[in-house]
Formats: sequence, C-alpha cells, structure tokens
Amino acid sequence: MSTYDTIIIGAGMSGLAAGIRLAHFDRRVCILERHYTIGGLNSFYRLRGRDYDVGLHAVTNFTPKGTKRGPLARLLRQLRFRWDDFQLSPQVGSRIVFPGTELGFGNDIDILRGEIAREFPSERDNFERLLERLVDYDDLDQEAYDTSARAVLNEIIATPLLREMLLCPLMWYGNARERDMDFGQFCIMFRSIFLEGFARPFAGVRLILKNLVRRFRSLGGELRLRSGVKRICVDNGHVAGVVLDNGDELTANNVLSSAGWVETMRMCDDVSEHVETKPGQLSFTECVSVLDTEPKKLGNPNTIVFYNDSENFHWEKPDQDLCDVRTGVICSPNNFCYSPSDGELPDGVVRITSLANFPRWNDLTEEQYEVEKLKWFDRINESAVRFVPDYRNRVVDYDMFTPTTIRRFTWHDNGAVYGAPDKHFDGRTHLNNLFICGTDQGFVGIIGAIVSGISITNQYLLRD
Amino acid sequence: MTPAQIRDEIIAILEDIAPDDDLSDLKDEVPFREQLELDSMDFLDIVMELRKRHRVQIPEEEYEQLQSMQSTVNYLTPLMVNIG
Ligand SMILES: Cc1cc2nc3c(=O)[nH]c(=O)nc-3n(C[C@H](O)[C@H](O)[C@H](O)COP(=O)(O)OP(=O)(O)OC[C@H]3O[C@@H](n4cnc5c(N)ncnc54)[C@H](O)[C@@H]3O)c2cc1C
Repeated sequence: MSTYDTIIIGAGMSGLAAGIRLAHFDRRVCILERHYTIGGLNSFYRLRGRDYDVGLHAVTNFTPKGTKRGPLARLLRQLRFRWDDFQLSPQVGSRIVFPGTELGFGNDIDILRGEIAREFPSERDNFERLLERLVDYDDLDQEAYDTSARAVLNEIIATPLLREMLLCPLMWYGNARERDMDFGQFCIMFRSIFLEGFARPFAGVRLILKNLVRRFRSLGGELRLRSGVKRICVDNGHVAGVVLDNGDELTANNVLSSAGWVETMRMCDDVSEHVETKPGQLSFTECVSVLDTEPKKLGNPNTIVFYNDSENFHWEKPDQDLCDVRTGVICSPNNFCYSPSDGELPDGVVRITSLANFPRWNDLTEEQYEVEKLKWFDRINESAVRFVPDYRNRVVDYDMFTPTTIRRFTWHDNGAVYGAPDKHFDGRTHLNNLFICGTDQGFVGIIGAIVSGISITNQYLLRD
Repeated sequence: MTPAQIRDEIIAILEDIAPDDDLSDLKDEVPFREQLELDSMDFLDIVMELRKRHRVQIPEEEYEQLQSMQSTVNYLTPLMVNIG
C-alpha cells in the first residue's frame, strides 16, 4: 500500500493545478482520475480525423503580457509558467444581441462603455456607478457575496433591458444559480469578462492541459488515469485513505477532491446517502458545426455572440422541453487574433451552447436519444441563425453533446457545468483532512478552477 | 553564503516565480511590492522556496523582513552563513 502526502481526486484544471503546487514543493502527490483522459469539464477529443475541444469557447480573465495583477498573472507565477507558455491570442470582439439592441464588447472596457453610451445614453453615468460598486477579487466577503446581483442592478441601472443584457454573458459563463446571481459571482464574472477579456490558444484547450500535466509529471507527481475513487475511508473524523473502483486501497495524509461537493460527500463512508445540499440544475448542450469556410467569410467576425430572443433573459433549467433555444452562446474559434505564424485553424467552426434539462435527456432510451439529438441540433442552429449569418449549408461535419455526456465523462450530478448554487469557499469539509477545490469551491471556468486548486492547496496543504 | 551569493539566490527565486519580469534594474532598497507588484501569495512563495532550497525556516512574524532586497539579504545573512 502506498502512502501519499496528498491524494487529489480528479485531473481537471483544478486538480492539475493543485498537483503542480504540491509536487513543486516536494510533496508526495497522486492525482486519481476516473476517465481515461485528463481535463474533466474542459477536455479534448478526436472524431473522424478532427480535433475537438469539449468546452472551450474562450479563456476568460485574459490580460496582456506584462500585466502583473489579476488571476491570470497570479496563476502563472504560482505555477511558474511564462505568459507565452499558454499562447493566448486575444478575441476579435464579441456581442450581446437582444431584439432590436446590440452591445459590442472586447478586451477593453471602453468598447462596452461606448456601446452603452450609444444604445442607452441615459445610463452612461449609471454604468460608471456600477463599475465603482464592483468588489475586487480579494476583497469579496461573504456578505457582499451573498447579495442578490439583480437587487444591486435594480438599484443602479434604470433600464430593465440593459440589466438583462449585462447579466446574459455573465450568467452564461459562470452562474450556477437559476434566475438570480450572487453579487460576488457577478463581480468575479464582470471582471473576468468585461474588464479583463477573452482569449484562446491556437491549439485549443489541449495546449493548456498538456502544459499542466507535463509540468506535474516533471516535478515527480503521479497521475493515474482510469482510477476512479469509489470510497473515501473515514476513521474517527479523519480520512485514512481511498478505495478505487477496482478495489485497490491507497492511504494519504490529506485528500483534495475536485469531484464536486455532493459527489465528494457521497463517497465518504461516514455520510449517509442523503446529503443536504441542492445540486446544480443548469446543464448545457453543445452543438459543434465544422464548416467548409471561415465564419467571417460568411459575415460573422464575432468571437462570441450571446443572444436572447426577448427582452427578458430566462436563466433557468428548461422545464417543458429538453432544451431552451430562446437564449444561447455562439462561439467562432476562428475569430481570435492568432499570430501570423499560427496561420488559420484547419476548419471553420461554429459552436453553440444551449440550456438543457438533465433529467429529460437522462430519461430517454438510447434510440430516442439519437433522434432527439438530431432534432435539437437542427432547432438550436435554426434559433442561432436569427443572430448570425446562416452557415447551415456549409456544414461538413458536426458533433453534439448533451447533459448526459457531461455527466458520463465528469460524474457531476445533473451534468451541472457550474456545480451547485451554494459554494463552499473555505474548501473545508466535516473532516479535518478532506478538502474540496474546483467548481463547488466557488471559482468556475478554466482560470477560476486553476486558481481554486492553487488557493486551497496554499491554505491547507502546504502549511506544515 | 555571502551577502552577494544570497542576493543572487533571491534573484534566482524571483526569476523562477516571475519569469516574465526583468530584474536587471531591481533597486535593492525599494520594496519588492512596489517594483514587482508581488502579492502575499508570492511572498509566501519566496519563504517556501528558501525552505525548499536551503532548509531555511522563517517564522511567520518575520516575513516583514523580506520587504526589499536589502532587508532580505540583511535578515538572511546570519541565517545562511553556514550554508554552502
Ligand atoms: C460545454 C462547456 C463549455 C465550457 N466553456 C468554457 C469556456 O469557454 N471557458 C472557460 O473558462 N470555461 C468553460 N467551461 C467551464 C470549465 O470547463 C470548468 O469550469 C472547469 O474545467 C472546471 O474544472 P474543475 O477542475 O473544477 O472540474 P472538472 O473539470 O469537472 O474536474 C473534475 C475531475 O474529477 C474527475 N472525477 C469525478 N469523480 C471522480 C472520482 N470519483 N474519482 C476520480 N475522478 C473523478 C472527473 O472525471 C473530472 O476529470 C465550459 C464547460 C462546459 C461543460
């Protein structure tokens, strides 16, 4: 039986980042991953000769080389990477599109400022007041965090449409709660999207993941794939070790789990099957269309288009149907400012994210599932082409995944992409040597998950 | 280690933590925080790197000694005098 300083459950962004910190400071660390590959919610795969990313639309929190502050700069220092290692190319520009009104934005807040002044002249000063109200990442306390973002917006922004338009991208890229958003999460997402920005490595998420895993291994970290944790063994208020799906037992002084809060509790053999936390409800489908041309040649130069087809933005699990196509996110990975040495991506690509109902997808028979996938792929694209030029007759290949795909490859309850609505910021559990990081600790997205893995590790696992 | 060697070692640690920073005109008497915008996590890393590389233990209440290059070298000199 081997003993580790720390066992990490999950080789997603947060687990890998935590592993690097621990291995760098000479801890014996092992990452256990149930899947046959790394990456979790943001992995990559090959299908019919083409490379696909599972999640990646854009890396948020982009700040240019030389920037010293903010999460990206911080995580690069903490993980000892150079800015160039992540090969981030900034976005071209994005839009929020509602009926009759559009707001463009980019990696410079002045673009959004100008757009708001043009579309909502009476809100110019209010928008400045909103910027002043934003709390900085490190200054968020529980009280600020728990305030309703809608309540704060109602107080500051007079025009309902502008409130909805501002919430739309922020909820899409990081809100685990239905309908409203915690003000703390609003501040985090506002900074990461509007004040910092979007970027993408030319090679996609695999570049980031390969950097992380290579570093982890070169520092002596151990990564075991196809090694799901079935049980966390508890002895007297203390974790003694874990049991793998295949029955192997491993012991460790600490366990750090990125599997999710409820999911982790369920593994603890001292916790009853019933855990008192609401799991997340929000899951997505992702429709990826490969085109025989670039989106910009069809008249869509935008990096991301967040669309909503009425004045009210409904951020909730679709009740009546498998998906809700009233709102969505259209991403064109071609539309980033790649360096000339990169050239162009091999294919044009359009990716569309829609809200989806996990239980409904989960209840389908295998045959129904295939039929529904086809049907919704068409409906979702039909909805999207109301907001970008029609690309449907240029599609040469496609793939689609659903909440059950997300669930199958990441084991998150309900395929909830942003986890449970109630977060566990301190990362602690009822056991003194079991901690959680990642989605349910509080930070979401690629950069958020990495920061989460780093900060929980620093707080509890490097202190002796 | 001599004060000059300790300085070189701190430079090496800073280069490791912030590889994109140019440290060639670092001013020894000006706080790191002002020149490099290091945050509290980075300061902790300097401490941890010293422990990792040289087994030097710095108690938490003495972290403030590491404000600038000058104060760091002054503080570390007696602690590292017997380190090769
Ligand atoms: C469709 C989609 C689009 C997205 N788009 C973006 C985007 O454009 N930009 C962005 O920044 N973020 C995006 N995200 C979000 C981002 O991917 C996640 O927030 C982030 O990857 C979460 O990382 P994590 O480490 O917290 O969790 P995860 O990635 O879920 O990692 C947890 C890991 O634990 C493993 N695991 C679970 N249970 C066990 C067990 N019992 N034993 C062993 N291993 C286990 C899982 O297999 C998984 O690998 C997207 C996500 C999706 C699904």
